[in-house]
Amino acid sequence: MKDLQSAFAGDVNVSLSPASLPAAKPGDGAGRQETVVFRLTRWLRSPRPYLMLVGFALFLGFWYLTVEVWKLPRFAQMPGPTDVITEWLSPDPSYGLSIYSPEYYQHIWVSWRRVSIAFLLATATGVPLGLFLGWSQRFKDYVFPVFELLRPIPPLAWVPLAIIMFQGSETPIVFLTFLASFYATTLNTMLGVESIDASFVRAAYCLGAKRPQVFRHVIVPGAMPFIFTGLQISVGVAWFSLVAGEMVSGQYGLGYLINTSYTMVQYPTMVIGMITLGLVGYLTSAAVRMLGNYLMQWRARELAIGAER
Amino acid sequence: MNYEPARSRGSPDLAANAPGAQERRTGAIRIANVVKIYGSEGAGIRAVDDCTFDVPAGKITVVVGPSGCGKTTLLNAIAGFHSISSGTIYLDDTLLCGPGRPQADPGPDRIVVFQNGALFPWKTIIDNVSFGPIVQGRLTRKESIEKARFMLAESGLRNLESNYPGEISSGMRRRVEIARALMNDPKVLLLDEPYRALDSLTKSVMHEALLETFDRNQVTIFFITHDLEEAIFLGDHVVIMTTRPCRPKKILTVDIPHPRDYSILTAKRFREYLDETVEAVHEEALKAFAAGERER
Repeated sequence: MKDLQSAFAGDVNVSLSPASLPAAKPGDGAGRQETVVFRLTRWLRSPRPYLMLVGFALFLGFWYLTVEVWKLPRFAQMPGPTDVITEWLSPDPSYGLSIYSPEYYQHIWVSWRRVSIAFLLATATGVPLGLFLGWSQRFKDYVFPVFELLRPIPPLAWVPLAIIMFQGSETPIVFLTFLASFYATTLNTMLGVESIDASFVRAAYCLGAKRPQVFRHVIVPGAMPFIFTGLQISVGVAWFSLVAGEMVSGQYGLGYLINTSYTMVQYPTMVIGMITLGLVGYLTSAAVRMLGNYLMQWRARELAIGAER
Repeated sequence: MNYEPARSRGSPDLAANAPGAQERRTGAIRIANVVKIYGSEGAGIRAVDDCTFDVPAGKITVVVGPSGCGKTTLLNAIAGFHSISSGTIYLDDTLLCGPGRPQADPGPDRIVVFQNGALFPWKTIIDNVSFGPIVQGRLTRKESIEKARFMLAESGLRNLESNYPGEISSGMRRRVEIARALMNDPKVLLLDEPYRALDSLTKSVMHEALLETFDRNQVTIFFITHDLEEAIFLGDHVVIMTTRPCRPKKILTVDIPHPRDYSILTAKRFREYLDETVEAVHEEALKAFAAGERER
């Protein structure tokens, strides 16, 4: 129906009934803020935040019951939620690590730095590589078979070679973290280029664009949605392989924390490390998603309209 | 540059070419003995076979035929997306493709408006419309945006500039796409069933808008459809194609003067043209059906 209305609105005054949409024009600060407030209130009015809380409550309840109340056979060894949370929030933790100890933040910082470096490197190399793989069939013929052969080798299998190849403990860990990210980014970028409707490329040539201009105005922005999907996967697997690397070597980092607390039988600390990983990983992934939405206004606005209709 | 609407109703370049009511004499396409075989020579599919007809300059030529008959193949050959196997296609006196030159170079003298639309979803409307002259280096960004504003205003598409294509209706998108094409002062517009996905009410609005644009610019239009009413309403010439392999079966000259509006749909003459063509088209549709062609 909306289609028709605006078609008929024709010459008079084209309006998109923006009243129903919190229109966020680019560069319009007030509009964007309005959108954020609007989204937040809409979210709070929907059942979603409350369902989320129920989900968390169920999870914690299950953990509490199995470990602390019923003391089920295999679960009795595990630290219960009460232990973990008191330890985590205690100013004087019994195993020496809580939100009050500077060491805790040192672990987070070191891991975060490694992931950032690896992720940025993977993005800086994976995106261009993926773009060219998708753009040039000949380049793909050369490179892709090698890529596909290396890709199934898990980061853990690279550990010995990484230690031989790179000096110290820092570089091998960053390298391992980089690997998995790099594969995810490259592959998604390539698929992104291949997913672009041929009409867009043809239209650009029709309008007089030359090959480099088609690359810049069609291929890069057209692959963007896939690239950002890839980056979200990439940042996730970066944390994944980071921990693998940190368990093998290194003196700080969340993976290292988890591994040492295990060997020193400090189980609550181990679980604190795990939960922290989950939180930090979620935050980085959300940051990538937000960056993507910011860079792809066109997509965010399309999806917003889709949701309204 | 200053685009005053009072100066002319067409774009300045076109206005210079078309003083008064005189017809433009560029943009004629001559298709001669064109053959297109997909796949290897022996076992290939013959999509177009010995196809010959003219698309006169400054007229609307509509090509009608059953789905999958090869009309799009012909359009792609003119646009330069596909090669041809033999024959020649000329634009005015320039050989687009022919012996020794199987594929034309795509370029802004022949602009395609695609079946599913090809506005870049990642560019705003104004950036889409101003794209051509900027990448060709014909106008600066500022000039091109100014001209794009003028083109949009002329087609009654104000206030859409900073929207993205995904935010406007599909009918609007088609009109913006035609404005984007006309920005480049093309000799020929190639339209590949552009209104296929629209509902019939929106379609009729689109037809009138297209005819209005045509009356203003007198650009040669090559229009593909399988909708007969659409063909006769829009076309100065209607070329009815046989089912695959595609070649002209009947060429009809629609002698209804421009400007046309929707009242002619019920006119007696219009019904007569329809009757004259419907049988030929139906025959081909039956053949196509028997050959197992389906709607895509």
